[in-house]
Order: sequence, then structure tokens, then C-alpha cells
Amino acid sequence: MSQLSGWGRFPVVEGIERVSENFEAATAGAELSRGLGRSYGDASLPGTRGGVVARSTRADRLLAFAPATGVLRAEAGLSLRELNRIFLARGFATPVSPGTQYVTLGGMVASDVHGGNHHVAGTFGEHVRSLRMRVPDGRVLEVSAQSEPDLFLATLGGMGLTGHILEVEVQLERIPSAWIYRESRRVRDLDELVEASLEGSRHWPLTKCWFDSTARGAKMGRGFSIVGRWAEPGEAPASPPELHERIAVPPLPLGLVNALTVRVFNEFWLALHGRERKGVVHPQAFFWPLDGLLHWNRLYGPRGFAQYQCVLPIDRDPRVVHRFFEVMTRLGCPSPVSVLKDCGAQGRGLLSFPKPGISIALDVPLRGARTQQLVDALNDVVLAAGGRIYLAKDALTRAEHFRAMEPRLPRFEEVRRKWDPERRMKSALSVRVLGDVP
Amino acid sequence: MKAVLLGATSGMGRALSRLLAERGDSLFILGIPADDLTRSARDLEERGAKGPVGTLECDLLNPSGFDAALARADDALGGFDTVVVTAGLFASQERLEADSEFCRKLLAANFTNTVLFCEAARKRLLARGGGTLCVFSSVAGERGRKPVVLYGAAKAGLSHYLEGLDHKFRAQGLVTVTVKPGFVKTSMTEGLKPPPFAGEPEGVARQVLRAIERGTPVVYAPPPWALVMLVIRALPRFVMRRIGF
Repeated sequence: MSQLSGWGRFPVVEGIERVSENFEAATAGAELSRGLGRSYGDASLPGTRGGVVARSTRADRLLAFAPATGVLRAEAGLSLRELNRIFLARGFATPVSPGTQYVTLGGMVASDVHGGNHHVAGTFGEHVRSLRMRVPDGRVLEVSAQSEPDLFLATLGGMGLTGHILEVEVQLERIPSAWIYRESRRVRDLDELVEASLEGSRHWPLTKCWFDSTARGAKMGRGFSIVGRWAEPGEAPASPPELHERIAVPPLPLGLVNALTVRVFNEFWLALHGRERKGVVHPQAFFWPLDGLLHWNRLYGPRGFAQYQCVLPIDRDPRVVHRFFEVMTRLGCPSPVSVLKDCGAQGRGLLSFPKPGISIALDVPLRGARTQQLVDALNDVVLAAGGRIYLAKDALTRAEHFRAMEPRLPRFEEVRRKWDPERRMKSALSVRVLGDVP
Repeated sequence: MKAVLLGATSGMGRALSRLLAERGDSLFILGIPADDLTRSARDLEERGAKGPVGTLECDLLNPSGFDAALARADDALGGFDTVVVTAGLFASQERLEADSEFCRKLLAANFTNTVLFCEAARKRLLARGGGTLCVFSSVAGERGRKPVVLYGAAKAGLSHYLEGLDHKFRAQGLVTVTVKPGFVKTSMTEGLKPPPFAGEPEGVARQVLRAIERGTPVVYAPPPWALVMLVIRALPRFVMRRIGF
């Protein structure tokens, strides 16, 4: 029995983690599988106290790769970092990359992750060709859009609740070099921030904006925008980039992230990155800036932190982003890593997170009832705007809020009823927001 | 390098075989079961192993198959120059005391059969003027200790054999590398509480590859275990009798 938690280190649930090179065997009878535990809240935690969760991280073998087509098949525990270490130098990358490389292929499917190119490439699930799964009744099947369409689509973004993902076959993207050409510039307020994001996406395949979550009034929404693309061979260094070794944050007796330190940090960060810059950068600095700092979640101390990410449709009412920021700054949200990005079309996964609109991600140190209050208030704005939240980040959203945000839920539940009538698969997340019985 | 590996599908063997593959070495892997070997062979090929990676089922509990397996590997590789043995069984002292059938298996696999495999490999290597034999023993074989009485006894015998082999045949070109891992986080040690200086298989693999390249006769991995075992070896018996380590 061990204490399991996600990247936010909240909540903590007692469970049995089963890890083996033979992941297929380890998943037999397990109520959930997990990878590197990088979802922030309770998505990778067992639904029952002491429940068995199979961990995929030792199932990390490459099974087939066709350089002519770029199709890779690998065991679900292969990390994106290992994939990048092997394939960036060969001229291939995953078509979609989330904000950290410390995720597994299985986790990328289960959360249907997206990245700075969502407006052109969609989510990771759009590029998945086939999955090998242990379905809830214990059988092991090949699952694709052709063979089992309902299960396949429910599994993309299905938070691991539709079965255990054992192998992933995904289309990699051929890249001109493994370096990134990027430009960044400062934005002074929220109007500029949103406009910079939308404008960037009209011209660039990779965009994101960082903002200062503590700035109020006229400065609300200040930050900087970053746009980029894979660098052409002529402008990139000749050798492929080395993935940096990491510095580890030690366990800390109390958190270093609070309203004061975040204010100082955000000023510093804006001064550091808010200048107009152009040039070729290391892919790690562009895609996965926090990967250089191992165990950075320890900065929040033993109490942990919550992530919050939502998407707000702006086609009906563009002012909704302002309302969101007003609630956020009024209730106070000292978030050092705050990212805004416009999303493209909704993916095919039944519960896939992104949809057209403005996506906002915040890191929030946990401060008891105040944090719950903040999440509730933000969710009210999201709900009124017709938006939704990202389950892979979530720890605090209430079931009634989630259900109201998610008109696709009945279709997902129908697939679960068909494939898992006895509810063998469950997680702490599904108990919290989907009403599964622990 | 043309290497045969017994036990490359998991743990430290997997990590070491991947390093060899990334250097572009030719590999042939032995172990059980067949489909697991095939998956590891594909993995090693995609990571850069030279040519197809051959596989053959070879069970450490069935020594009658050893020579035929090595003959097949020899044919496939065109004469191997390196043999790596990471395979072995493990169980807690409690389980071995309670389950005499499994205890017999473990002692046979970790001592008798490993020695027989090494003998078969040694003969083939010496017949062509030498090579490297790298075998994973354990720090458990350094001293009689309460938590590893039985497992440690088999590993002590194995370490002794490997030391003798190195003394006797190094002049003829056979380099024996004995790896003595301390606590390494693999499936074998899953569920045990990691002590200080617990290592990761990838780190151990890098250390072992250096030792193979340099012909280092004994490797403690991770390195702090060399110091730990120096102390343990020096402790008087009345102290060992009192401590639980």
C-alpha cells in the first residue's frame, strides 16, 4: 500500500501501485492504469481506497517504426522524453507536444493532450492510429476508429476510464530540424494578450502567451506572447539538441509559492522574457521549459497545489475573457505559470478538452476553502460562457459544474455502460465528477 | 561488439542492452518467454542495434539447452565476443524459508545453472582467443546476512566462481567482469523499501558498460555500495549477529 498523488500532490489517496515490465499482466484486475503521474489532480489515482493501479512506466519498448511513413508503435509507458531523445535526432517529433516531456504515450492518449499548435494540429488523439487495450472485461483487443469506433473515441481523452492502454500506434511528424525558431514580444494588457494570441495563430503553427496573474486594473492581462515554428536546416545549429540534465528541487518543509513570491517572480519573469526577441532556440526551452527543474511541484510545499485549465468560447461574447480575469484577480490567484492560448476545432475524442476559444491555465497554491471558492467562481464564468475545464488538470471542480459543462457526457457514459457494465474501471476523478461508487 | 545477453528483457539487462544497441553493437538475446524476447528485439533494433537482433528461448532453469542456445547465437552473430548474464531469480528470505521448492529453484538458477551457462560461454570464447564475460552477481554475496541468507549464499558462490575464472583465464584473453549491484529499483526489488544509495537501472548500465570497455574485474553499482560493503566485510561477527542488515 502506498500514498499516491498526481503532480499537484493533492489529493493523496491510498492505493496499490503495480509496476512491471509485463504491463499487460499487471493490468489484469487493476481498476485503473497510470503512467508518470503527471496529471495534476486525481485522474491517475484509484477510485477505491487501497485500489490497484497498474503503472506503465516500465513498459517502454519501441515495437515498430517506419521511417518512410513516420508511424511509430510503442508500449504505452514510453515517455515523451525518451521518444524525443531517440527521434528528434532522426528528424521526427510527435505532432502534438504538451508542456512537459515527462508524460507517457498512454497518458497522452488518456488525457488527449494538446500543445501550442492546437489551432493547426488538433489534439494528440487526432494522430493516434490504433491502440492495444485491455478492455474492462479483461480481454486484450486492438482498438481503432475502424475496429471499435465507439471505444476508440471514448478512450481519446477518456482519462483511462475505458480500459488499460497497452500499446499506442501514432503518426509522427517529419521535422526540418529539431530546433525552434521563435519570436516573442511583450503585451501590456488583456486586450493585447488575446489579440496577440489570435494574431499569432493566424500566422504561426506554434503559439502561447504567458501572463501575470497578479496584475490588476489597467495592467490586467499583461505578459508576453511567444510564437514559433520548427527551424529550417539552414538557420538551425548543425547538431541535434541535447536534452538537458536536470536540477532537482529538494523536499521543502513549506511552500515557497505565495502571493508575495509570485508577485516578485512574475515581475522578474516579465522583465526577463518581456523583451522583443527573435531567433533559434532549444526545443526544451520552447516546449518544456519546466523540465529542467526536476520535482518542481515541491516548490509548493507539502500542501501541494492545484492546476486549473479551462477554455472559453469567444464567438458569442468576447468579453467573457475579461469577466474571467476580473473574477480571478478579485479573488486572488497567485499563479507563477499562467498560460493563455487560443484553441482550434474540437477533437474526435468524446471527452477531449479543447474547443474553439481561449484556453487559460493557472497553477494555484492550495489555500483551503479559498482555493475551492476560486475554482467554483471561475467555473461559474466558464459554465455561463459555454466553456469547459480540462480533467487532466483538475482536482476541485464539482460534479454538478462538470456535468453542466459537458453535453457530450451521456455519449461517453453510454460507451462505458456498454464496455464496462460492472464499472470495473474507476478513478478518484470518476468518483468525484462522474458519480462512480468508490 | 557482438554480444549475447541472457536476461535482457527486464531491469538492468534491458537498460544495458539498450546502451549496446545505441552504440550500434550486434546483439543476440536469450531468455523467456519467446514473445517477450521478440518485443525486446524490436526495441533494440529501433534503438540502433546493428542488423537484426536474434532471439532464442533459453530458460535458466533448464541447463540442457544452454550450449545449443549459445551455438545458435554464435552462428547468428558470426562469433560473439561478449556474453552478459543478468538473469536470475529473487525472493525474500521469508519466502525462501517457507517455500522449499522455490528455494531449490532459486539456488539452482542463481548458482549451478548460471555457472553452467558461464562454462559453456567460457569455452566458446576461449576457443577463439578470449572475449568478455560479464555476469551480474550481488552485494548479497559479500557476507552472510540475515535478510539474504539463501539468496546471498548462491550469489557468494557465483562471485567466487567468477573471481576464480578471472584469475585463471585473463592471461588467455578471457576478461571476467563481476557486477555486484546494491539496491537497484527494478521489478525484482518492487515492493521493497529503497535504502539510501538505491540506484536506477540506467545508471548501473552506464557503469557496467564502462567496466566492460575497460575490463574492470569487479563493479559495485551504484558506486557508494563499494564503501558500504567495505564496512560490512570488516564488521566483526558479534556485530553482524546483532544488526538486521
